[in-house]
Amino acid sequence: MMESVTIDAAGMHYTPLNKQIRAAVAAGVKRIVLEHVLGQRFIADGLRGDDVVIEIHGVPGGDLGMFMSGPTVIVHGNCEHAPGNTMDSGTIVVHGSAGDAVAHSMRGGTIFVRGHIGYRGGIHMKQYQEKRPTLVIGEYSRAFLGEYMAGGTVLVLGLHGGVPVEERGLGSGIHGGEIIIRGDVDDQYLGVGAMKTVLSEQDRERIAPLIRQFADHFGIDAAPLLSAAYTRIVPVSGRPFAGKYTNE
Amino acid sequence: MCGIIGVIDRNRSLMDGSHIKSALSMMNERGSGEGAGYVAYGVYPEFKDYYALHVFFDNVHEHKKAVDALLSQWGTIIHDEEIPTYEQQGLRRVHTPWRYFFAPDTSLMTRSSTPAEDIVTSLVMKVNTQVTGALIFSSGKNLGVFKAAGWPEEVADFYRIEDYSGYIWMGHNRYPTNTPGWWGGAHPFNLLNWSVVHNGEITSYGTNRRYIESFGYQCSMFTDTEVVAYMVDLLARQHGLSQEMTVRALAPPFWDEIDREVPKQQELDRAIRLTYASAMMNGPFAIVVADQDTMVAFTDRSKLRPLVGAENGSKLYVSSEEAAIRAMDPDIDDVFTPRAGDPIIGRVVA
Repeated sequence: MMESVTIDAAGMHYTPLNKQIRAAVAAGVKRIVLEHVLGQRFIADGLRGDDVVIEIHGVPGGDLGMFMSGPTVIVHGNCEHAPGNTMDSGTIVVHGSAGDAVAHSMRGGTIFVRGHIGYRGGIHMKQYQEKRPTLVIGEYSRAFLGEYMAGGTVLVLGLHGGVPVEERGLGSGIHGGEIIIRGDVDDQYLGVGAMKTVLSEQDRERIAPLIRQFADHFGIDAAPLLSAAYTRIVPVSGRPFAGKYTNE
Repeated sequence: MCGIIGVIDRNRSLMDGSHIKSALSMMNERGSGEGAGYVAYGVYPEFKDYYALHVFFDNVHEHKKAVDALLSQWGTIIHDEEIPTYEQQGLRRVHTPWRYFFAPDTSLMTRSSTPAEDIVTSLVMKVNTQVTGALIFSSGKNLGVFKAAGWPEEVADFYRIEDYSGYIWMGHNRYPTNTPGWWGGAHPFNLLNWSVVHNGEITSYGTNRRYIESFGYQCSMFTDTEVVAYMVDLLARQHGLSQEMTVRALAPPFWDEIDREVPKQQELDRAIRLTYASAMMNGPFAIVVADQDTMVAFTDRSKLRPLVGAENGSKLYVSSEEAAIRAMDPDIDDVFTPRAGDPIIGRVVA
């Protein structure tokens, strides 16, 4: 049995590519390296296997790791829209940046993005019992981060040295979960139904392992991140739009 | 969902159409095979002083006479010919694409300061609403729209777009949602030198259409993007707004953002929003507009459609997806995303 296979994805459509990945996992391969990936959508979608690692060189197409359950996907490049869409468990590590709707409807597992993300990161993330999805962003996020968020944790580290979130609609319609942002957040950027709280010592202890994992993945020093000041954004209520369409 | 891509070479270096074809087909998931198209600037250097009118005829023998007569009435047909096409499996030839190189007789439009443009605009409106079996879908100088109902590769091969060289190219892969896919409904939409490709929906189409029709434009292509082309012609050409101001009118800041601006900017933005209230476009969109010197890309204010840009030397790229840009030019450095409502603008320098 081969422990590792390499697939040259140059010019390949995503269907045969995904078939090869699935065949390799079914054959017991634990490490799959994809070279020359460019725009192939749906990589590792619905894939199962807790001990499988997929390394991607290039820019994978949208919906990377959608419904994925278990594997670790490491992207040496940028991602397009919605990596980790409705992901069940496992890990996605992006060494570049990612597009809009990162972690869309994610229900479990962890996504680490070294760079920045586009609009609507963490939209509709949810949690149920032990399933608590986590999205960690190294630099900054664009508007509508955590829109309609129902659970899980989004953490933005501001490693670019600027303000991590300075666009509107932060946590707009949030009714579960939390968004933790390095530094202060100007009230004008808070969306409907979101409010600021301080990060408690217990919260800080809770996110410390996440920060260490992030630092390990990207080879950076965790200490300044562990000691930095953070703002925690939480829902005002579990039903922010109660009464919007009906009188209650 | 649609796929869009555009490139401008700011030194006017020419690129053939083979690269944009491969870039656009990277985004086939964004289309449904019911419409694709390209526009290229700089393709007719030998006729650059004349309006290149691209026409879809349902039947050349039956419907061309009326167009010939109208054009001859308002100017001179310098040359006309069938646009060379090549049969593609899967692409049903519903129309025959034809091109005219046309010189309007400006003495016939005495009270206008832009008689040539006004004659061409009125001819486009007249043919598209009154002449049976003919549709002018491209009417600029030294540029051409090549579109049909099909997949991006089929449409590219149908017109063999690698045979054309331009310094601005835009491409579009259509996924029709609100109206049927047909040849005229494929993008780009064009009027005079303005060309538009668009991903999304103009939810305010009704308001925008009523507004634009009050200025004499007539919508005839059953799709929301058409209104954008006419709106840009009205604001940028007729009203003389800069590209930045035009985008500001079409996708203005939210009122609460205006409230926080410095007084002078506030005054300007309020004036734009009030003056162009009916031109403001609502709904999810990413739009790329070009004329002979510029390519401008912008999204709706809530950023409900994707848009990325990238540069390599004199070339500026915009697209729905990074991979499409990299397919066209593997040597770009990194991509960037404009803020919602903020335009990416590329202007020729040569």
